Amino acid sequence: MSTLYAFDYERPTTQADAVRLIQAGGRPLAGGQTLIASMKLHLASPSQLVDLGAIPELVGIRKQGDELVIGAMTCHRDVAESTVVREAIPALAALADLIGDKQIRSMGTIGGSVANNDPAADYPAALLALGATIHTASRKIAADDFFQGLFSTALEEGEIITAIHFPIPQRAAYVKFPQPASLFALIGVFVAQFRKSVRVAVTGGGSGVFRHTAMEAALSRDFSPAAIANVATDVESLSSDLHGSNAYRAHLVSVIAQRAVAGAQG
Amino acid sequence: MKLEITVNGRAVSADVPPNTLLSAFIRDHLRLTGTHRGCDTSQCGACTVIANGRSMKSCSVVVGQMQGAAITTIEGLAGKDGELHPMQAAFKECHGLQCGFCTPGMIMSSVDLLTHHPHATKAEICELLEGNICRCTGYENIVKAVQTAQKKMSA
Repeated sequence: MSTLYAFDYERPTTQADAVRLIQAGGRPLAGGQTLIASMKLHLASPSQLVDLGAIPELVGIRKQGDELVIGAMTCHRDVAESTVVREAIPALAALADLIGDKQIRSMGTIGGSVANNDPAADYPAALLALGATIHTASRKIAADDFFQGLFSTALEEGEIITAIHFPIPQRAAYVKFPQPASLFALIGVFVAQFRKSVRVAVTGGGSGVFRHTAMEAALSRDFSPAAIANVATDVESLSSDLHGSNAYRAHLVSVIAQRAVAGAQG
Repeated sequence: MKLEITVNGRAVSADVPPNTLLSAFIRDHLRLTGTHRGCDTSQCGACTVIANGRSMKSCSVVVGQMQGAAITTIEGLAGKDGELHPMQAAFKECHGLQCGFCTPGMIMSSVDLLTHHPHATKAEICELLEGNICRCTGYENIVKAVQTAQKKMSA
């Protein structure tokens, strides 16, 4: 049986208390679906965990003006099942329903996923393609500035995500080619069409979520799968591992992006 | 730390170290050994229990996260007189198991499945059981068991 190194555990009930504890050196714990596993492997050994699971301000889904706002500690199942999300951005509800398996979706949270920025996670693709804004306890960060490659983000020490604000697109879709054992994306593509722009984000490529600007340009002229059928993906920027070569991943980006556009067309 | 939790309808109060996994608390502290510790890496689903109405993997949460939660384990499904829950009866009837190691997790996961997706199709049942691995059956009889329970539970 795995053992976790001993740690102090705090379960604050307000955001202000959580921020105080984390700024004093505590490690934030969201749903724990990555952190607990990392602690079992002794890849992480925080001396203090600050569980964000008892802070009502951090949970919830609401439409606010022309934005959809999701609290950082909202679990994937709540997003997948939310009628507010299904009406505003159905592609986002569908994405949440594709994360891991349903037991993991009961615990895993949007804030945890975004802060972790796993290079094959699903949510980062949605945030980047939708041009979301990440709200922390102290500031607002555009998704374009937030994701900084492999497990890296603009978050500073002691900073926690409080909510994600999503602009609502005219239409959008996410298509994922899952790695069947891990259920992470071997490649996942989120396509979003707004009144004046189209944004395409790719996850699973290896070094972190990225925007596919060549596809965005082609889709801005003609929002159809055919428009991107011959748009190349830079093979060298993708990684190779035992699940697939970078050339294979580049091919998947093309196929999956075309399916996402077809999906958005409905 | 002081843990207050409800397990199978019974309020439990315990003093446990914060680095206790829920699976360890259930098995080693409460001695409810029906919840199995399989892969211990959140993949196989043998440790699945229902917390506040939703299935989750008890090997992948620390007890503090379950402060105040209502947990149901496999021991909490049958009636007081020992009458099997329709899902348990269906697994027995359809022979939805061989070695039985995955069965408690498979059943807890299936109960959650039908609670939230009472009209799940066969394909949806397969998808929703993605978090539970069985190395014996090839899943056919497990899916049949869930479909059988589905008919009984909707009747």
